[in-house]
Amino acid sequence: MSDYVYPILFGIVCGVISRMLMLRTDYRQYPTYLHGKIIHIALGFIASALGAIAVPALIQEEYTAITFLTVAASQFREVRNMERNTLAQLDQYELVSRGNTYIEGIAIAFESRNYLVIFTSMLTTLAYVLFHIIVGIIVAIGCMFLSKLLMGGGKLKDIVDIEYVEPHFKKEGLYVDNIYIMNIGLPQRQEEVLKYGMGFILKPKNFNSRSTIANLGQRQAILHDIHTALGVYRDSGTPALVPLAKRDLDDGRVGVFVLPQEKNIEKAIDIIGNTPTLENAIRMPTKRKKHEGGNIS
Amino acid sequence: MSIEKMILAVITTNPKKAPSGLAVFHCDTQEEMYKIGGNLEAILDGIAHSISDEIMIIVKH
Repeated sequence: MSDYVYPILFGIVCGVISRMLMLRTDYRQYPTYLHGKIIHIALGFIASALGAIAVPALIQEEYTAITFLTVAASQFREVRNMERNTLAQLDQYELVSRGNTYIEGIAIAFESRNYLVIFTSMLTTLAYVLFHIIVGIIVAIGCMFLSKLLMGGGKLKDIVDIEYVEPHFKKEGLYVDNIYIMNIGLPQRQEEVLKYGMGFILKPKNFNSRSTIANLGQRQAILHDIHTALGVYRDSGTPALVPLAKRDLDDGRVGVFVLPQEKNIEKAIDIIGNTPTLENAIRMPTKRKKHEGGNIS
Repeated sequence: MSIEKMILAVITTNPKKAPSGLAVFHCDTQEEMYKIGGNLEAILDGIAHSISDEIMIIVKH
């Protein structure tokens, strides 16, 4: 038996474990079922195998083995496509859709998690081969911790202050604080909206976050997250009962109007705060100052 | 380019102010207007918006 069998197996196991740690099912409910999880664990296994095998191959001076990793890259780009297609198809039948920005964010996360698995298995195998299994274990724990840290991402509560405001009507116009949401003509609908509706004001903490929460995809993600957690008071055929988030053009605040089944203010504020800031929505206009003077690099 | 919003019907208590070229429902009272508006909203899957006290439109979003 080759000297590298145990290091490779060790690397693969560490990679798969790290993939499983990154595969969490929470209130956002994705991936929900066993089949979805099996797909991702299987891909994680392939990723970790590629990472683990690359190390002994390179030590044996089989430099062409590095081309293996290009196979991995195209394989995982395919993962991103798969996730995007599945979620986009499902989104059509959601009462409150995720939105393309959120879907793209999830798809990118799934692809990048596989790369983290490759790095984990590569480094642990390397540590095992060069030093000892104990060093390998330490490196594996370090990598998993790092992966967890990297996958965390930002939360909305870091960039905005959230405040509850009772929605109200001025004639037929629905308002959250002074932000106009929509026109609802029928008195019966207005009563329903006031009975079940909740309003929140998201106040950006700085100029960068003002642009981030202005992104339509980010706003849709907030609405989706609230309604996954608290339920939604709407159905097909009741288009007037629609959750919306609108912007105050003067100061960049966003008024969020939602129709949850469970009217729990604290929980809702908590959920809005825990909504991920989508990396595709993040804007940093203030960073531009660094490039002044024509040097863009 | 697809049309995103479209007026499906108009309900009014003042026929003089109602637009032409659309399905217009004439009503005698505001209560009747709300009742027809509620029905049309459910049937057409659009939202009943109030333009003024006399005119409502059903819009498909």
